[in-house]
Parts: sequence; C-alpha cells; structure tokens
Amino acid sequence: MNRALRLLRRRAIGSIPVLLIVVVLTFLLLEAAAGDAVDAYLLSIGGGDAAIAQSLRAAYGLDQSMPARLWVYLSSLGRLDLGWSVAFDRPVRDLILERLPNTFLLMGSATALSFAVGSALGIVAGAKPGSARDRVLSTLSLMLYAIPGFWLGLVLSIVFAVQLRWLPTSGIETIASGRTGLSRAADIAAHLVLPVATLALVYMALFLRVMRAGMADVWRLDFVLFAQSKGLSRARIVLRHVARNALLPLVTMLGLQSAAMLGGSVVIESIFAIPGFGRLAQEAVSGRDTALLTGIIVTSAVLVILVNLVIDIVYAALDPRVGASERGA
Amino acid sequence: MLSATPTRRTFLQAGAALLASTALPTLALAQDAPSGGRLIVAADSEPKNLNPAIVASNGVFFVASKVVEPLAEAAFDGEDGLAPRLATAWEGSDDGLSVTFRLREGVTWHDGKPFTSADVAFSALNVWKPLQNLGRVVFAHLEAVETPDDATAIFRFSRPTPLQLIRNALPVVSSVIPKHLYEGTDIAANPANVQLVGTGPFRFAEYKPGEYYRLTRNEAYWDKGQPKLDEIVFRVLPDRAGAGAALEAEEIQLAAFSAVPLTDLDRISKAPGIKVITKGYEALTYQLVVEINHRRKELADLKVRQAIAHAIDRKFVVDTIFLGYATASTGPVPKNAPEFYDADVPAYDFNVDKANALLDEAGYAKGADGKRFSLKLRPAPYFNETRQFGDYLRQALAAVGIDAAQVNADSAAHQKAVYTDHDFDLAVAPPVFRGDPAISTTILVQSGIPAGVGFSNQGGYANAELDAVIAKAAETVDAAARTELYRQFQKLVVTDLPLINVAEWGFITVARDTVLNVANNPRWAVSNWADTALQS
Repeated sequence: MNRALRLLRRRAIGSIPVLLIVVVLTFLLLEAAAGDAVDAYLLSIGGGDAAIAQSLRAAYGLDQSMPARLWVYLSSLGRLDLGWSVAFDRPVRDLILERLPNTFLLMGSATALSFAVGSALGIVAGAKPGSARDRVLSTLSLMLYAIPGFWLGLVLSIVFAVQLRWLPTSGIETIASGRTGLSRAADIAAHLVLPVATLALVYMALFLRVMRAGMADVWRLDFVLFAQSKGLSRARIVLRHVARNALLPLVTMLGLQSAAMLGGSVVIESIFAIPGFGRLAQEAVSGRDTALLTGIIVTSAVLVILVNLVIDIVYAALDPRVGASERGA
Repeated sequence: MLSATPTRRTFLQAGAALLASTALPTLALAQDAPSGGRLIVAADSEPKNLNPAIVASNGVFFVASKVVEPLAEAAFDGEDGLAPRLATAWEGSDDGLSVTFRLREGVTWHDGKPFTSADVAFSALNVWKPLQNLGRVVFAHLEAVETPDDATAIFRFSRPTPLQLIRNALPVVSSVIPKHLYEGTDIAANPANVQLVGTGPFRFAEYKPGEYYRLTRNEAYWDKGQPKLDEIVFRVLPDRAGAGAALEAEEIQLAAFSAVPLTDLDRISKAPGIKVITKGYEALTYQLVVEINHRRKELADLKVRQAIAHAIDRKFVVDTIFLGYATASTGPVPKNAPEFYDADVPAYDFNVDKANALLDEAGYAKGADGKRFSLKLRPAPYFNETRQFGDYLRQALAAVGIDAAQVNADSAAHQKAVYTDHDFDLAVAPPVFRGDPAISTTILVQSGIPAGVGFSNQGGYANAELDAVIAKAAETVDAAARTELYRQFQKLVVTDLPLINVAEWGFITVARDTVLNVANNPRWAVSNWADTALQS
C-alpha cells in the first residue's frame, strides 16, 4: 500500500510539466493551422461581411496577440477553468462532461472485451505453439488486425442493422423514446453492440497475438522445463506459470492501447453517430476552437496518465520485483 | 438483447397503428393528407446559433424554418413566386423609399403572446439590418419601420431600395422573432437563439447535443388543419454513409441536402419503399465556379481566361462528377432563376484546340516540356463535387499546357487562404444564388470589397462598367428596368470572365414512400413543412 502511495505522489508531481507541455504544444499547433474560429464560423453560415468578422474576432478575443491569448488560457487553466468553446457557445467543461460518459462506455466495453477475449484466445493458442489450433487462431487474428476499423464498422452495420435489422444502425440510444431505468440501459446496450464489436474485434487480434507470442517465449525458459519435470499438470503449467509470466507485456499493451483507443474512437463515433469525445475533438479542429481542443487534449492526457498509473500498480501486483527498488527512495 | 429489438419494432408498429386510428376522425374533416406521426430526418450539422433572423443559412433554416416564420415563403405558383406567411400583402412606393406590409391577424407566438407589427419592426431594425449576414445587404438603407396599427408595417428607406429585391429576399431574410423576448437583451446571446420561440407550425421542444432536435406540433397554428405531423425529429448523423443506412433500416424517413451521397443514389433508389427526389431546391441553387486571381499577370489576360473556359468540358463535369444531377452553366445567373436568366451570352464550348490557340496568341507558348506556365489551384473542400472538380480541372488544364499545382486544405484554412490571404491563382468555389443577383451574386465580381469577406471578389478584379451596372441595379426601382440591368450584368461577366461558371446544382432528397407532400415548393427543405404528412 505504501509503495502504491509513493508511486502516486511521484506520478502526480511528474505529470504537471507533462500537462503544461501538452497544453502549450496543442495551442501552438492549432495556432499554426491556417484560418481561425471566425473563418470557420462564417463559412458555416455561408459568409459574412468584414464588419461581422471584425466584431466576432473582438468577441472571441482573437484580435489579441498570440502570447496574450496563450497567457489568458494558461492562467484560466490554472484556476481549473477550461474556458469557453466558441464553436458551440458553451463552457468547455460542460461539453466534455456531456460527451465523456459515452466515450467511456464505448471504450471501456471495447477494451475490456478485447482484453478478455483476446488474452483467453491467446492462452488457447499459446498453450501449444505450432499446433493446428494455434495456426488457425493466429491466421484469423492477423486477418482481423489487417482490416481497417471503419470498413469493419460499415460492413457490420450493413449486415446486422440494414439487412438483418437485428440492431440499430447508429446513435447511442433510441431518440426521444422516454425510456428510463433498465429498459433504457438495454436500449443503450443494443446500440453499443456494433460499435463495441467493431473496436473490440480489431484490438482483440492485437491482444491475442501479444499473449500468444509472450507464451511461446516463456515455454522455452528453464523454469517451465523444471515445472514439467516436477510432474505438474499441463493445465497448471499453462495457467500459473506460462500465462502469468506472459501477462506482463499484455498489461503494458493494455495501457498503451487505452490511450490509442481515445484517438481511434473518432472514426467509430462518426460512423455510428455516437456523441462522444472523438467526434467532439474532430469538430473542435474543424471549428478552430482552441479552447475546446486544448480542453479535450488536457482531459485525455490526464486520463492517459491515470490509466498508466493503474497499470503500474497492476504491474506491481503481478510482478513483486517492480517498484521494490523505490523502497529506499 | 437480440430478441429485445424485434419487440421494440413491433411496439413501434403497434404505436404507429394506434396513432393512425386516432387520427382517422380528423382526417375526414381536414384535407386529404393524414395527420399525426413522427417524422425522423437526418441532419448533418448542429448550428450553434439556431436563430434564422440572425443567421440566414440553410443549415439553420433546415431546423428553424419549422418554428420561426418569414413574412413570405417561395412558391412554385403564386404571385411573384411567393406564398404569404406572416405578411398577407406587400406594396412598394414608386420612389422605392417605402414598402408597406399587411400582416396576418390572429397569429400568436408559441408562448401565447400575440404577434403584431411591433415584432416585425423590432426584427427588421434590431436584427435583420444590423446583425443578419444577408439582411445587412438587403436592408442596408432601412431607416425606420412605422407601425400605424398592429397589422401594418411600413418600411422606410433612406435610398431607393427595389421592391423586386425585397420580394425575392423575403423567404430568406425576413424571419420574425418575438420582440417581448429579445428587447433589452443581448440579442446575439439570448437563450431563445437555441430554444427558439416563433409563430410556426412546430414548437421547439428539445435539443440533445450530438443526438437530435425535436419539434412538436403547434396546436394553435394560424393555418387551421395544419401542421399534419405530431413531431419532427432531426437526428444528427455526421457520417455520410449513415443517412443511407438509417433510411434503409427505416430508422429515419427522410434525408435532405444530398445527405445520401450521389454515388449511392443509384443503389438506394432500387431499395423498396425509398424514393429519390430532385425537386424542391429550385430557389437554393449552388453554382460551381472557378475563381480567378487577376493579380497573376497571365490570368489578367482575357485570352488566357477564355482559353481556360474552353478547356473545361462542362458535359463531362455534369455527367461524371455530378452523375447527371446538375446542369451546365452559361453565366452567373442560373437557369433556375427565369426572372433574370439570360441565355443570350457568349458561349465557351469545349475546344482544346481553340484553347491552345488562344494561349499561343496570348504569348504563352509551350516550353520544351509541353508546359506554358504553372498555377496554384485551390479546390474548396466543402463538397465531394468541388474536390472532384479540382482534380478534373488540373487534368483539363494540363491538356492545354497549364501546369496546375493543387493545394488541398480543410475548410477554415481554405477560406483564409483564398478570401483573406489571396494565396491562390485559381480556386474552385460553390457560391449560392439566393433568388436575386443583388443578394450574394454581384459581390462575386464587384470591386472594392475588403479582404476577409468570404464568397466575394477577392481576385482583385475591377471593371468600372460592371461596377456601374451593379450600382445602378441596386437602386433601380422599376422591376423591368432592373431585370434588364441584370441581363447586361450577365453579358458583361460572361464576356470578360472575372470568374468562370461551370455548372449549377440543387440537392437531392431521399425519402421513404410514406412521407407525403415532399418537395412542393422551391425551398422545400428549408420551408415550414406544415403540410408534410406521414402515411401509416
């Protein structure tokens, strides 16, 4: 427990400069893109004259110099205020809080599903590397991994939603249905089946391959030979010795993957019309909404830092050697 | 979970049957179309300001026109091409300094307050003229609005303003908002800009960001027997493949503004129960235009511009890029505007030899590598078709020895590069013809427009004769004389080619067969849908 707390404190202090760099870089990156929020807005309304553009720039604070705007943003961020979205005319915090649960639901389910199924199949394949079972699973996973997510999403949607009509084509829930409680939860679950399946299938392949490769490596190690000669049952060797040791790279992968999934959700959220985080980010970029995009990226950065912290703690639980050196620190 | 879905469908079907049966008694009393039902429509954008009095754009009108009404709407048949809405009659003075509107009586706002001439005066002076993107042009010289009684509004102008222009602009610029909710507030930040309050056939019920807008029937609508529908839901579907799939799965019943891409129309039109409708956009014509930067010395030469016009195969553009859902253009006024359209202008037929000859004459001989000179080409990214035309134009220019380097950018970057920084030689743009050349068409070629104004002449073109015609037409009150000036305008533009008009197109609506009274006016997608109905 102490070890975990120390880790937490060290990470919290270490993440402040990381966040600062992320904020400044995002700001500069969007600054470097041609056109500003006023250009984007006037385009969306079919044009406007020079006086409108000027008054909007003054209202958005875009008439000030770049360092001045950066300073205004950083100081408001220091007060934990994420600022005002000019593209939506609403506080950034509200927008993020509104969209985050949908993305969590989508990403959480997809990550959990792909991790669970992927590692289980990885164990099946890795239990006997080179067997027919292993070859079939490995080939299938390679094929799945090679399929682009958006294509898979469209195909699943055409088959299961348009042709068979088992599932809804898009959205997070049936619009304006007035459902509550369990019936609403079931409705949301039905809407999530296709997007979650799409994301999970692609990432599942990855987990399967990492698990299988990890197990194949462990089989060659001496302690496995020892366990075999000790006369342990095969199931016990596979699960307690080989799989457990092969789990470490998989957990690392899980940490990396959950960060990548935030980015990968942009496409899936668009295809399935889910009002989530990725779609918000895309809208922020096309609307040149600096405050919103920076807010999204800061939130994502915090999430990634948190996920990695959890991964480290899990790591420590799986492998007693991790963090042991920090005892003296 | 899988078994839950069929149950949901059966439930919906049962619900629809129930609605239909309760609607039957009123059906006999009212007109032919059935009443009741929820129409679900695809929407691809969520405007942050939904107030059509401030933002006169199709994206806003698509939702808001059902809630907030203009003084008059466009009509296929009807005097001056208009159908009365909040105004019942309008008359201009001979000097062009005043226009008198008779207003509809017995109309109430959705919050129950009566609609009067004071609302019109407030909207005109406090919103349309100072704040609205198009109203600033049309009502530039509006000085005062007199309201002698609750049903009369007299617009007074400081300089002659043609009634013809006002009439043509009415459907777009005259959305009336309630004075009692806006007076004394910051109009641009008023909450009613999203929670709309109007006089229209539908009330604004709910907006769920990223998901849908929901409108419900206004029981107190002034046109008795309307609206037919109980509800309209605009469902946000950002992916272009999404609208088609949702239509086929019967999750939505209608997708307007070509939400179903042109390339999918052939396939989807064969699906049972789905119809593809090309009518209903006659007053919303988009034009495919090649913008020219006249600061480039090569392009300042008329022969070079003529050569480019001859190098473009308009038939190919219409047939291959627009798959036939467009018309070749002859000039800056589309054929859909018969009041102004003039076919008697110089024509630039597709002729590569002639284009080459003109370029030789202009003194730009082909070099050893077959190239005459290089250009920077920026296709606007707003439509698939503008991007594809950019690809085509590059090849068409290569065929006459002009090497065009294509620069692709996203929307905001494109807008800045072309209209503020002038960082282009040729650009592909999709301006809109809005019923009268003075609203958003003359600005494309007129000189003296400051940098930063989108969809305007930013190519440095200046033609005193053309400017004079535009200025004169702006103050010519007599409709016939004014129309004649715009015929001259078309000739001058097509002769001197400040820009090249290539094609013009309207959008496509795809709907289920059950949706009735679709596309029955020239601005249908952005009109009030009071008579739109669902067959059970």
